[in-house]
Amino acid sequence: MLTDITLGQYYPGNSFLHRMDPRAKILCTMIFIVAIFLANSLWSYLLVTAFILASIAVSGVPVKMVAKAVKPLWIILVFTLLIHVLTTPGTPLVSFGWFSISEEGVRNGILMTLRLVYLIAFSSLLTYTTSPIVLTDGIEALLTPWKRVGVPAHELAMMMTIALRFIPTLLEETDRIMKAQSSRGADFTTGNLWQRAKSMVPLLVPLFISAFRRADDLATAMEARCYRGGEGRTKMHQLLYTWRDGAAFAAVAVVTAALAGMRWFL
Amino acid sequence: MSIRVENITYVYGGGTPYEKTALSGVDLTIEKGEFVGIIGHTGSGKSTLIQHLNGLIHPTEGRVLVDGVDLAGKSREAAAKRHTVGMVFQYPEQQLFEETVAQDIAFGPRNLGCSEEEVDARVHEAMSFVGLDYETYAGRSPFRLSGGQMRRVAIAGVIAMKPDFLILDEPSAGLDPVGRREIFSQIRKWYEEGAFSVILVSHNMDDIAKLATRLLVMNHGRCILDGDPMDIFLHHREELEAAGVDVPPLTKTLLYLKGRGIPVPERAVACEEAANALAKTLKGGKSC
Repeated sequence: MLTDITLGQYYPGNSFLHRMDPRAKILCTMIFIVAIFLANSLWSYLLVTAFILASIAVSGVPVKMVAKAVKPLWIILVFTLLIHVLTTPGTPLVSFGWFSISEEGVRNGILMTLRLVYLIAFSSLLTYTTSPIVLTDGIEALLTPWKRVGVPAHELAMMMTIALRFIPTLLEETDRIMKAQSSRGADFTTGNLWQRAKSMVPLLVPLFISAFRRADDLATAMEARCYRGGEGRTKMHQLLYTWRDGAAFAAVAVVTAALAGMRWFL
Repeated sequence: MSIRVENITYVYGGGTPYEKTALSGVDLTIEKGEFVGIIGHTGSGKSTLIQHLNGLIHPTEGRVLVDGVDLAGKSREAAAKRHTVGMVFQYPEQQLFEETVAQDIAFGPRNLGCSEEEVDARVHEAMSFVGLDYETYAGRSPFRLSGGQMRRVAIAGVIAMKPDFLILDEPSAGLDPVGRREIFSQIRKWYEEGAFSVILVSHNMDDIAKLATRLLVMNHGRCILDGDPMDIFLHHREELEAAGVDVPPLTKTLLYLKGRGIPVPERAVACEEAANALAKTLKGGKSC
């Protein structure tokens, strides 16, 4: 049913990556994603592959789950491959009348597609090993220095936290109302577009009513606990860098340096 | 007419780290004419079980048959049988959506494909059933009614489907004492009129003791006790406590008095009955 949707796809565990500081994880992910684009030779691609496989192994997330994160984007991947294969000029490999496939095209296509796969796979590791709430904490901490130039870091983080908190609740509610209306003979799955849109009314009206009621209750509850914005607010879970984060930064730095070296000096 | 639950098992989120077995090996038959009470602590599998009874979810293993028809089937017959089991969820007033009370109650019968006259007749019938005056309430917005009235409208919406079995999940949750008394006296009246069999999920042991003819006790996804409510309350106290539920306060008191050697009717379900008997003993017997 609907409630089976796992949001943020957190995969519970207690690995090295799970226990890292979210700020370090976000930064390492960003740095490595940029580093992936430095790779342009066979050896550099092997290094990237090895690093990603090692990270997956360390995280304890099954490779199957990582593959599941890549799968929904197959259309983009196939599109990228085709564009490169069909439009890159160079030594023709085969030609059919007005268009030809070049050796460079095939090579570029495969490399670009691989890059995208790596990019998705590696960033999926971030969401697999970090629960949404911790991730929000990390984002808030990273955005805080930008407050001076007007980035509402705390407000953004609070909005994300509230949204994340209520998505499962609303999904559960949707599921319950859907069941209640289907036991009154409602049908949400058949009919043409117009009929289906109309059949959503018995679902959406109660859902909106309850969402507004919940928002109201939450506002009251927050006010009752003297919430007045982020100024001077302390945290229950302080973010702390540990040796793990140092080690991860070092590993990413070494790999990035190696990739940069291979690109410009080999 | 009967609901046959054949050895069903239900697993939530199979194949993910969140996998959880909500029901394991539940096997029972509910006959027409029974008033079945289901008790069990939160998470014991009650809600999952009742959702199987009208085909809202289908068992991972096993079958649920209504009059011999498997509810998991895609046939028209299976769909029709699903509608013979009416389901009133917890806080049913949260599913109201129409502009008027009458239109909301008509939602079910319209989905069944009834003619307009039939729909109208059913709405009248269902409203008088739950004790709402048609002239007064039919044209009102359901969102402007009191909590108890909204709940009646929602229950009427299920009754208008003319079910043979009516499942009620905590029908009195969140109502004030007057509201709960009204709801339960209504339920009792419907049952005694023979309108339908009732399957009642409740945390309130008093209500179960007063109403149910049969009691099911759920614990860890299994049905651990099944039988006459009073027999279960009197003879299976340890099992009940282990399952996280309790015997009704009245039965508890009477059992205590009996343990002190005072002759009392421990099977009494109404306070008045117990009080009268106790008064008689105290006046008639020697003073204690």
